[in-house]
Amino acid sequence: MLPENLHENKIAAAVEAFDSSALVTAKFDRGELTLEIARDKIVSVCRFLKEQQQFVRLSTVTGVDWYPTEPRFEVVYHLHSTERNDRVRLKCRLAGNDAEIDSVTGVWRSANWFERETFDLFGVRFRNHPDLRRIMLPDDWEGHPLRKDYPVTGDRV
Amino acid sequence: MSDTVIPPPPVEDENTSVKPRSLTLNMGPQHPSTHGVLRLLMELDGETIIKCQPDIGYLHTGIEKEFEVKTYQQGVTLTDRIDYLAPLSNNLCYCLAVEKLLGLDIPPLAQWTRVMLTELTRLNSHLVWLGTHAIDIGAMSVFLYCFREREDILRIFEMYSGQRMMTSYFRIGGLALEPPRGWQQRVRTFIDAFPSKVDEYENLLTNNRIWIGRTRGIGWMSMEDMLDLGVTGPMLRAAGLKWDARKDQPYTSYEKFDFEVPTRTEGDVYARYLVRIEEMRQSARIVKQALEGMPGGRWTADAPHVVLPDREKMKTQMEALIYHFKIVTEGFRVPAGEVYQVIESPRGEVGYYVVSDGTAHPYRVHIRAPSFANLQATPKMVEGTLIADVIASIGSMDFVLGDCDR
Repeated sequence: MLPENLHENKIAAAVEAFDSSALVTAKFDRGELTLEIARDKIVSVCRFLKEQQQFVRLSTVTGVDWYPTEPRFEVVYHLHSTERNDRVRLKCRLAGNDAEIDSVTGVWRSANWFERETFDLFGVRFRNHPDLRRIMLPDDWEGHPLRKDYPVTGDRV
Repeated sequence: MSDTVIPPPPVEDENTSVKPRSLTLNMGPQHPSTHGVLRLLMELDGETIIKCQPDIGYLHTGIEKEFEVKTYQQGVTLTDRIDYLAPLSNNLCYCLAVEKLLGLDIPPLAQWTRVMLTELTRLNSHLVWLGTHAIDIGAMSVFLYCFREREDILRIFEMYSGQRMMTSYFRIGGLALEPPRGWQQRVRTFIDAFPSKVDEYENLLTNNRIWIGRTRGIGWMSMEDMLDLGVTGPMLRAAGLKWDARKDQPYTSYEKFDFEVPTRTEGDVYARYLVRIEEMRQSARIVKQALEGMPGGRWTADAPHVVLPDREKMKTQMEALIYHFKIVTEGFRVPAGEVYQVIESPRGEVGYYVVSDGTAHPYRVHIRAPSFANLQATPKMVEGTLIADVIASIGSMDFVLGDCDR
């Protein structure tokens, strides 16, 4: 659902018109637009934004862990359009016991490493990713360091 | 980082005519031309690369995790250590992001000094790139010329902050210290002479037949591929896209400066070289404008709860002493929210995504590192080309592995 104050916003309105069930909520804060997208719709919304709203660049993909609140994970996408000279942030919330989302590598090839990094450091799995391996840490590393229940200091037992 | 084991070469049997068809070559992680610890796993057919797989992570230091236990101001020191050739660009981007969360207004003197020093950082970074890139391809002497000028820039940084590389000179709310006495003279001496130094580098390389032979038509990529693979910065501009955050989404009063964004259309190693050379000339222009139009006034924002008070005030005013104690022991609280701040670093688009939960420590800091994104395009760039051109191709990307692995 699009909040009242964002009906004037072209990008938010376009996504709402494209698929109103995909848009969970939206906010405009400090000059930045954030759209929260339903988890199953992320690929179709990304494809729409890329192909029909000129968001040709995926700037970055990352995660935020809100442990111990549920749904625990946020996967955050920053999109950029050089033509419109504008940016938009997409967000999906994932539960801790079901941290899986469709990969957007089919839309932007650059998502490949960004998603691998998010998988490596948060343990969020990306479905249909062509090569979902750790990228920063060794293959036999246990745990995902950027999770909030992963200690900053101390020895590994 | 991966533990991929290189398969042993197939055993040749004299009785059969089956010969090994491809050879797997492991370049790095300890290789002088990878400028750090990058490992490239390449599959070769004769001298042609048929598959290339970059392997990174050898320099992963968990900087993003470490942000979460530091106060906001302490985080500035971490940003220095990400990209050791452009520490001030990273300082700036992080400070801008937190200042956006806080809603701080930065006085003109601090803004102009920030512009001037980040442009000197760009010169510093491009000089190291040019010197090492040339040495990789075999032009030894350019390196010596570049490091001569780089030394002057590092001395300017030292004059400002007391440090040559890890300056931490930009702080949330302005600058760490008042600009030092006599900086105008030092910067003027350097910047007046610099354009003629760029001519010297060009004399050595631009029309050099060997240089052109090694770089023209090498490492070509189309603009569409680059956009899709997340490549930014001089590489993208060398393929024809005129996008520069300094011009298109200006920050820190870049809109008040007069400069051009150089572009080429060839998209090869030589075009990237020409773009960076021209960027050096433009950066010199910006530094000169900043030098001549430098406004006066304070170097920190009027925000006593964020900026440390003057030493003098601390000794005479109770309030200043309390603020000092609070800022040093607890840090300052930042209103809850999230921002994504982007700047144009020497390597491309640096982005800081800072999430605050209203406490004195960042809840999450994500760094969109240009080296990481650019490096992803390596396979696309080198597959199908000759092994001898790999060094020129990856050299032209100008990545810093510290920036890539964070």
